[in-house]
Amino acid sequence: MSYRVVHYINQFFAGIGGEEKADHKPEIREGVVGPGMALNNALGDEAEIVATAICGDTYFATDIEKAAVEVLEMIRKYNPDAVVLGPAFNAGRYGSACGAMGDAIATELGIPVVSGMYPENPGVEMYRKSMYIIETPDSARGMGKAVPAMAKMLLKLLKGEKTGLPSEEGYIERGIRINKFYEKLAAERCVDMFVSKLKGEPFVTEYPMPVFDRVEPNLPVTDMKNATVAIVTSGGICPKGNPDHIEASSASKYGEYSIEGYDDLTSADHCTAHGGYDATYADDDPDRVLPVDVMREMEKEGVFKKLHNKFYTTVGNGTAVASAKKFGAAIADKLKADGVDAVILTST
Amino acid sequence: MVKEIERAGLPVVHVCTIVPISLTVGANRIVPAIAIPHPLGDPTKPFEEEKAIRRHLVEKALKALQTPVTEQTVFND
Repeated sequence: MSYRVVHYINQFFAGIGGEEKADHKPEIREGVVGPGMALNNALGDEAEIVATAICGDTYFATDIEKAAVEVLEMIRKYNPDAVVLGPAFNAGRYGSACGAMGDAIATELGIPVVSGMYPENPGVEMYRKSMYIIETPDSARGMGKAVPAMAKMLLKLLKGEKTGLPSEEGYIERGIRINKFYEKLAAERCVDMFVSKLKGEPFVTEYPMPVFDRVEPNLPVTDMKNATVAIVTSGGICPKGNPDHIEASSASKYGEYSIEGYDDLTSADHCTAHGGYDATYADDDPDRVLPVDVMREMEKEGVFKKLHNKFYTTVGNGTAVASAKKFGAAIADKLKADGVDAVILTST
Repeated sequence: MVKEIERAGLPVVHVCTIVPISLTVGANRIVPAIAIPHPLGDPTKPFEEEKAIRRHLVEKALKALQTPVTEQTVFND
């Protein structure tokens, strides 16, 4: 008898469509769909994909709790022994959906779940403690590597075999501590590590310190009537034609553009460079992402003193965290040099 | 980007649709938006109504910028 597996994928991998279909409602189909074929092969005779649950990324991300319940109820009907989610690579909404589903299934059905993501996928930070997430490359080009590793992990869990360390199994660290006996005392191991460090030799810590990159909130604006407010976006709004060629995904740059004299952004003068959501609405009226029209209105009413005459923009779509950090720091320097008091940053 | 702007000393509010991601990344002042492809608008509504929705969100964002916070705060209605 082989184990019954349900596979969860998004509308893109199901072949339904791209961003224009990202609001696709949850559905479930018998058997394999899309990458399920390769996964089924990797599972061999021991497990079989009996059904594939599909949901649009935007539909899921818009109300994560509701979508998770809807998909869970569909999956439950197939009495699975385990569920595989994705892989989602570096797709943020897809990763969050895989994570939320994995969390819901593990809690409600108590069966093994395995997903696959790139370490910078926001779904990793949100859900890595709830499930095994196999580390994958950042795009679907890594499918060939991701699928066998996910299948191997899933079979181990199904058979109740002992799982190894993250570095041995290829999953992302879950923050679980296990007891282990060593030949050497802790003090000796500690000194060994210290000596290695002094010699510049590699050593592996037994307890990596968590990195909490949190920033303290700044003091609020106390005199809004005299404040200059700037608008920044990761939603890709730019002058029509995208003059600086900001990339539709994995942006390598940000843009700085004047809004001097603009009371309103329209399809005649601005558009979005973003490739990670359906651009129809932002192209029709860019104020839906960068609210220049109402900011200008409020400036005239004296709610605040001045709308900063430049806006800053990039595309937050698979963009490396290191790049976003760099853009943010550079933008902040410029805003400060220009005497800006506060910032509204919009994200799609 | 939000965090780097905050780190530089400027009060910043993140108006965004997927609040859990903003919380994970570490924004301190968060205003939930309408939808991913139109965070500050709603194309299903007549223009004037849509603009009123946008204005309401920007007002909330400005209010968040004027509110003292000591930890991550989501500004709901």
